[in-house]
Amino acid sequence: MTRFSRFFLGVISAAALAACGAPAASAPTSAPAATSAVTAAPAETTAPAAEATAPAASGEPFKVAIVMPSSTTDLAWSQSMYDALVAVQQEMGGESAMQISVSENMFNVTDAAAALRDYASAGNDLVIAHGTQYGTSLFDLAKEFPETSFAWGTATDTGADKGLANIFAYNAKAEEGGYVNGVLAASLSKAGKIGVIGPVEAGDAKTYIDGFEKGVKDTKPDATVAKIYTGGFGDTAKAAEAATTQIAAGADVLTGSAQQVVGAIGVAKDKGIPWFGTQSDQSSLAPSLVVATQVYDWKAVVKDMIAKIHAGTLGGTAYNLELKDGGLKIVYNSGFTLPAEAKAAADKAIAGLTDGSIKPLP
Amino acid sequence: MAYGAMLRGAFGSLPGLAQTLAKATPLLLVALGIIIAFRAKVTNIGGEGQLIAGAMAATAFALALPTWPGWLLLPLTALVGALAGGLWALVPGLLKARLAVNEILTTVMMNAIAVQLMNFLLRGPMLDPAQVAAGTNIPQSAALPEQVWLARLIPRTLLHAGFFLAVALAALVAVLLWRTTLGYRIRAVGLSPAASRYAGIPVERVTALAMVLSGAFCGLAGAVEVMGIHHRVVEGITGNYGFNGIVAALFGGLHPLGAIPASVLFGALLVGADQMQRSVQVPAALITMLNGLVVLMVVSSALWRQRRAARRQSAVAAPSPAPAASAEPLPPT
Amino acid sequence: MADFFTWTTLLGILHSTVRLATPYLYAAVGETFAQRSGVVNLGVEGMMLMGAFAGFYVVFTTGSPLAGVLAAALVGALMGALMALVSVTFRAEQGISGIGLHLVGLGLSSMLFKLLLGTVQGVDGLPELRLPLLADIPAIGPVLFQHSILVYMAFLLVPIAAWVLDRTTWGLNIRAVGDNPQAADAAGVPVLLIRYATVTLGGALAGVGGASLSISALNIFQENMTGGIGFIAVALVYFGGWRPYGVLLGVLLFSLVNSIQLWMQVSGVGIASDLAVMMPYVLTIVALAFSTRRLGQPSALTKPFTRGSA
Repeated sequence: MTRFSRFFLGVISAAALAACGAPAASAPTSAPAATSAVTAAPAETTAPAAEATAPAASGEPFKVAIVMPSSTTDLAWSQSMYDALVAVQQEMGGESAMQISVSENMFNVTDAAAALRDYASAGNDLVIAHGTQYGTSLFDLAKEFPETSFAWGTATDTGADKGLANIFAYNAKAEEGGYVNGVLAASLSKAGKIGVIGPVEAGDAKTYIDGFEKGVKDTKPDATVAKIYTGGFGDTAKAAEAATTQIAAGADVLTGSAQQVVGAIGVAKDKGIPWFGTQSDQSSLAPSLVVATQVYDWKAVVKDMIAKIHAGTLGGTAYNLELKDGGLKIVYNSGFTLPAEAKAAADKAIAGLTDGSIKPLP
Repeated sequence: MAYGAMLRGAFGSLPGLAQTLAKATPLLLVALGIIIAFRAKVTNIGGEGQLIAGAMAATAFALALPTWPGWLLLPLTALVGALAGGLWALVPGLLKARLAVNEILTTVMMNAIAVQLMNFLLRGPMLDPAQVAAGTNIPQSAALPEQVWLARLIPRTLLHAGFFLAVALAALVAVLLWRTTLGYRIRAVGLSPAASRYAGIPVERVTALAMVLSGAFCGLAGAVEVMGIHHRVVEGITGNYGFNGIVAALFGGLHPLGAIPASVLFGALLVGADQMQRSVQVPAALITMLNGLVVLMVVSSALWRQRRAARRQSAVAAPSPAPAASAEPLPPT
Repeated sequence: MADFFTWTTLLGILHSTVRLATPYLYAAVGETFAQRSGVVNLGVEGMMLMGAFAGFYVVFTTGSPLAGVLAAALVGALMGALMALVSVTFRAEQGISGIGLHLVGLGLSSMLFKLLLGTVQGVDGLPELRLPLLADIPAIGPVLFQHSILVYMAFLLVPIAAWVLDRTTWGLNIRAVGDNPQAADAAGVPVLLIRYATVTLGGALAGVGGASLSISALNIFQENMTGGIGFIAVALVYFGGWRPYGVLLGVLLFSLVNSIQLWMQVSGVGIASDLAVMMPYVLTIVALAFSTRRLGQPSALTKPFTRGSA
């Protein structure tokens, strides 16, 4: 049996690797680590931990592994974290300072658990489980690998009550950016009809949409927010049709979430309807119609985790992306001309959310 | 040498082997269900939906009775999962038997319905109270009471007692199909419905029953996956086992005993592929494509095997063993 | 609920139905040809994805939507020919080869997307083609006669396919090969060649169906963007009793209920979204249960042909 399968796998792998010209080269993280170049460590300062981005004193690169449920190019949840890792890698001085290993499209939780275990065994300094559904296996794993640092999100539980000290949790307060987008959308809408295209009524899609709706209502109490859920995350065709339906029903501003929205943005672009995004910057798809995107910027979180690990703390912090600390950013698209009063209303909302005077959830 | 990583990943170490067997467990259970259906000429594409039904029902049942002792609750939970899977398959089974509605269509539709039903339950009635309290609303159920967790066989791996249950059931299905009246009827209906009807076999009832049995095994796979691996229902609980189980069943030559090595081999292929993604850092898409090519090559190679088998012996009473499950190497072509 | 039964809603539902039906029609009509000749191809989804990518990439690089459609058809046909090689020549089990083919299409299209594009991007796809006079009919005109060329072609395919299958010698041969390949072979019909042709044609149409998403409806490509359309399309061939008009009915019913549930959600009809999304699937099953017993299945469906074995 093994001879048989080896024969096939050999043939296929050889053919595939030959055909694609060593696809490994296309993965940005596959090059073997160069263990020579040691960038000079900056002098010890009392600056925030984010400064401590030099490789460990040993000269070994800092090794990060991440397991994610969708692909690194989904313009949504997975990409938000992947982009942050790559950005931090650039800041630290490239692959010689930090190595990233990725397992993408791991929607099968059992496989994800195996991947996390493997990465922990392989001596990664930080293993990131980028999906709440991976949590159950992560806690078992953290017990077994007390020397390894783990992170998971979206979550708020670091396992401290279970006696675990090597888990970071991270969470995005999607309702905050949702609220700001809602304020902007209400200001832009002439018809007072705003459309939402959601995946499934759960997780951060739900909190984003709840916040969005409250932002609209607080700005224009008589405006209506119509919501369509497609029932999945990646069905672009259905998301496009949902957007068309919203527009036909009179919506003159749209927003939506999950990787399916690229379909909806295409429709918004065709019909000239302003779009509000979340998770990753989607301006590239409709340069003149994406008004603003709530961007999850995990960079500070990643840097802080790395700094803490260097300092010997392997977990215990629960991070929350908020507007307050810049983890959530409202990125305005320069290609869309926003009326001054809308911008002012949004700034006021950001200020209110930051000082706590505005509650983004109903 | 990417495929070296693949083989090492699947068989080369204790954790790798444990992972392979852990993956083979649901594959085998689903495959057994598919085999029963196929033997009656019922094409069950609905494994995904039946698996969801089993996982959801088993979870709801165990959560409702957290104080019951394990010796009673554990088998009952598994049974409830099997029953729910069977019920989910009853609709396509009855439609086929009574109204001659093609089951490929209805099972595909039932899969989509099951997914939406799960979405619905996991954001309301069955949502983990802890998720509500935290305001995160991640769609997953509360954790099962610990007495229904299946024992882990090897510490620090995911391999659980469900694997042996699956292997035992494979033997049981072999007995069922070849040593009981019901099994005889199932195979007779599969070979020739007209002749079976002439022989006095209630064809409609046997057809529906084969589908329900098939669904029961898929439902059991869902329950076992919850009890052995996740201890709760999470997003992506099916892990595509409902479809991959069909592949395993066909690899196993539609024979319950052939399905054992076929499930392990196919499990190894999937595990090894993931391993390859990690060690060589190729995109997941390449692995998906390679898996597809392997499947195509393996089914294509069946032709040469059949030819050789046909030369060796004619008139085979029992079904020939699986192309992939037999250990002889291919003739180099 | 009150504002659900309005002209806007009804016309909107009709409009959505036409658009939603388009990719299903290409895939299902193509699959009808394959199945009538006795080959079930479960790999339609993978073929659509390859077509969607090929079409998008060609438009992205050349700017020519027409070249994109041709590329999609060609790549789909290649995938179909691969399926034919495996299932007709190698006589492999069809269900499993289809799943294998789907995995190849899914993996290859995603990988090429990552290598060649790297991120989701938009293109200017096929423009809307306003049919003169017809599009001026009040209310109905803009709904039915203002679409991209691929939408009209999808609906034109149905009568063409029906005519080919029922009225031409080639169609007769296809049906003969699907119902009784031994007899067809004895009568001198090239069984394997016919099956190669139908499965390849099915692949080409599935490819165009994929392109109808990537360069007409959405103008983007994303990994796994078809989201199960191919599998539903295979099921709808059964629904349609292996006849193009029956397939059209099934596709329209499915798309109609799908657009009704979208409109119900928009109108704020008080129904849980998950239950709304479920509706097309439930109603397809119900419709089947209440439709008359139709026995149109080609007798040799899924059976590989070997000369001399009955």
